[in-house]
Amino acid sequence: MPKQLTRLIIVFLIFISLFLVVRHFLVPESFYKFGHYRADALKDNEDHQVKYIDAAMCSACHTDIDSLKVSGPHKNINCQTCHGPGYLHVEDPSKNVLIKPTERAFCGKCHSLNAARACNIIKQQDIAQHNIDNKCVECHNPHQPQP
Amino acid sequence: MKTEKDKNNSRREFLIASTAITGGIVLSTFLNPFKSIAEAKSADSTKDTIKLNDKNVSLAKDAEKWWGFGFDIEKCIGCGTCAKACKEENNVPKEPFFFRTWIEQYTEKNDGTLKVQSPNGGIDGQTQAVPSEDIFKSYFVPKTCNHCSKSPCVQVCPVGATFVSPDGVVLVDEKYCIGCGYCVQACPYGCRYIHPEKEIADKCTLCYHRINKGLQPTCVEVCPTGARTHGNLRDKKSDLVKFLKEHNCHVLKPHLNTGSKLFYNGLSEEVR
Amino acid sequence: MGNFDQLYQALTKVDGFIYPNELELRWSVLITLYPYITGLVAGAFILASLNRVFNVKALKPTYEISLLAAFAFLCVATMPLISHLGQPQRFYEIMMTPHLTSAMAIFGFVYLWYLMAVLLLEIWFDYRVDFVIWSREKKGLLKLVYKILTLGVMDTSPKSVRTDNKLGYIITVIGIPSAFLLHGYVGFIFGSVKANPWWSSVLMPIIFLFSAMVSGIALVLFLYMIITYIRKQKLDMLCLDTIGKLLFYILILDFTLESLDQIHRIYEAGESFDIISLLMSKLFFSLTIMQVLMGTFIPLAILGFFQFHKPKEKIRKAAYFIISILVLVGIFFMRWNVVIGGQLFSKSFLGFTTYKIGLIGREGLIMSIVWIIVPFIILTFLLWFLPPWKKAHIEDK
Repeated sequence: MPKQLTRLIIVFLIFISLFLVVRHFLVPESFYKFGHYRADALKDNEDHQVKYIDAAMCSACHTDIDSLKVSGPHKNINCQTCHGPGYLHVEDPSKNVLIKPTERAFCGKCHSLNAARACNIIKQQDIAQHNIDNKCVECHNPHQPQP
Repeated sequence: MKTEKDKNNSRREFLIASTAITGGIVLSTFLNPFKSIAEAKSADSTKDTIKLNDKNVSLAKDAEKWWGFGFDIEKCIGCGTCAKACKEENNVPKEPFFFRTWIEQYTEKNDGTLKVQSPNGGIDGQTQAVPSEDIFKSYFVPKTCNHCSKSPCVQVCPVGATFVSPDGVVLVDEKYCIGCGYCVQACPYGCRYIHPEKEIADKCTLCYHRINKGLQPTCVEVCPTGARTHGNLRDKKSDLVKFLKEHNCHVLKPHLNTGSKLFYNGLSEEVR
Repeated sequence: MGNFDQLYQALTKVDGFIYPNELELRWSVLITLYPYITGLVAGAFILASLNRVFNVKALKPTYEISLLAAFAFLCVATMPLISHLGQPQRFYEIMMTPHLTSAMAIFGFVYLWYLMAVLLLEIWFDYRVDFVIWSREKKGLLKLVYKILTLGVMDTSPKSVRTDNKLGYIITVIGIPSAFLLHGYVGFIFGSVKANPWWSSVLMPIIFLFSAMVSGIALVLFLYMIITYIRKQKLDMLCLDTIGKLLFYILILDFTLESLDQIHRIYEAGESFDIISLLMSKLFFSLTIMQVLMGTFIPLAILGFFQFHKPKEKIRKAAYFIISILVLVGIFFMRWNVVIGGQLFSKSFLGFTTYKIGLIGREGLIMSIVWIIVPFIILTFLLWFLPPWKKAHIEDK
């Protein structure tokens, strides 16, 4: 075998060995456990903070509103749909007060007239015409809205 | 002071030691692929179940899961609460060009043209820009990651930083993603974006941190009309399986064979 | 980060409907450079191999230039890709845990194979004897470097040179399919994205390959003329004409393939046809003017004319020089049209986003100009370090 070839083979073997050694140390430990990914990433994804809490936690304190809501058309709507995430509020209710949106536009997000909304699913009102000087919540209690 | 001989000796020892370590690693690398063959015998008895017994990962206990989504277009009122809540729950940037979920409003006009809009992903609510006399048909289409089982984004990830989890959720490994954006190109549904601060790919996780704690994904939780369903496709009694049984459902872009697990009721042919 | 002015501006220019996440065009000018530079490498190498394997004697003066140019550009080829990453410091993961279903991951190995097993080896066999001679002539650090590069093979006998040539020949034979693989593979990175109808085409790797050859030949033509001018030597007209002829043939092939791709798309008129026909009109400047007219038609017309009638040397020299630049620019715009064009339209097929190249920043104009200039600096160094014109000629008669 020519000397050139033997020398090159040595160089290549050193290179490949070096590569494999480096690789040995750089591949994360849980890689390939379940597939071509870091199994620990599942745990990472699980560990995020839950911000929209279980609705049962709302009812635990706000029994009055819960009993009001239960008979109205909004009974299936999660409190946090309007009031926002409750995770800080349950930790310290006095410090972290949730939002109480009362603007007409907020109600309009669901109830304004739009051909894309099915009439049998939701009551709609032309909010540019209907009783424009008042807020919706002045006539309709959002926890038990009446027509 | 070391003598010349000592020096030579220590150098030789070093050389031998380093060669041995290197050789060991190289050998083990070559033997690694055969490891599974050696272990296969013992695992043979549990052939028809997926073997996941690692205490590190809670889903090991209930590997019988295969998560999916069901969206009911007939029920969606386009309020955008889902998209807004998703951004809060998952720290999605508030700018109007980063979304894990969003609402599109389709309007088919009498003249045969189609108008689609999704201002700020529908978060601020939708208004109908087409005058009602011109409208033939109009509806909302909620969009999010399809959690494809033959996921094109997972296929193209060069490093294995995105993957289908054992319970069927397409996830991103934040600590491993290199931010090349190949997955963004490969997703036919436009569900991925590169997070502007983290500089990695970001997408819907089906609220993996919630569903593994027995909660619903945020968007399902806050939807006022119950247009979104989520559940275990392997559980005959789950909400999603019930939804699929009661409705005729379609997936988006079926010709791409992505194995989408986001099923739509009332999906119109025009929707892409 | 945190400055979204450009994106807010783009939001006002959206045409039709796009998915909200599609506003930001993820692969910008740097990813345009990546296939462009890789293509120059593959093309230059193929030209060098023609000289060697098919024994095209007329191309001899460009042999080393092609090899060194291929090497200089290959050193930089992955840099635009790496500097475009969101987490550039993690790029090594592509080599450590390559995902075998990903075209991009395998590219790392194709690249390494090409660099280590083909280009470096071929250069080494070509220069080994010179390393030995130079290591005897030079002094100090340079002497040491040349000596290391010989890998201890100090033999300069005609027999050893014959071995070098034989092994180098084998490497070249392996090298041609490797060069095809390298650039065909870059085409596959785009051609395999089924979500994007502008990219998804079986012809994509082949088109990339032929456009790579076109650009590589143009590059060597350009470099040969420049280097000869700087060295105040006389241009070998036979060599220029041969390169010109080769460029003409491959340009025809390239243009035919690209036209076939488009005609097929237009005739088939699938669901994406409407958006793609709109896209073509949006790309009027970069596609119609720069790629087709300037980069293809004009060079083809002039080169075609030269096949029938040869004007005076002076005119031909000037024409070849201009053609080489036109083709180089034209192929750049071809890459641009693929990469940028493929992201302008929404995958909903209902509208377009916009792209405006920024001046500064990681994806800006300055950065891309840097990555264009660096290979030329490397090449200058290589020409000083491994001067082809100072090579010893130990011919084995």
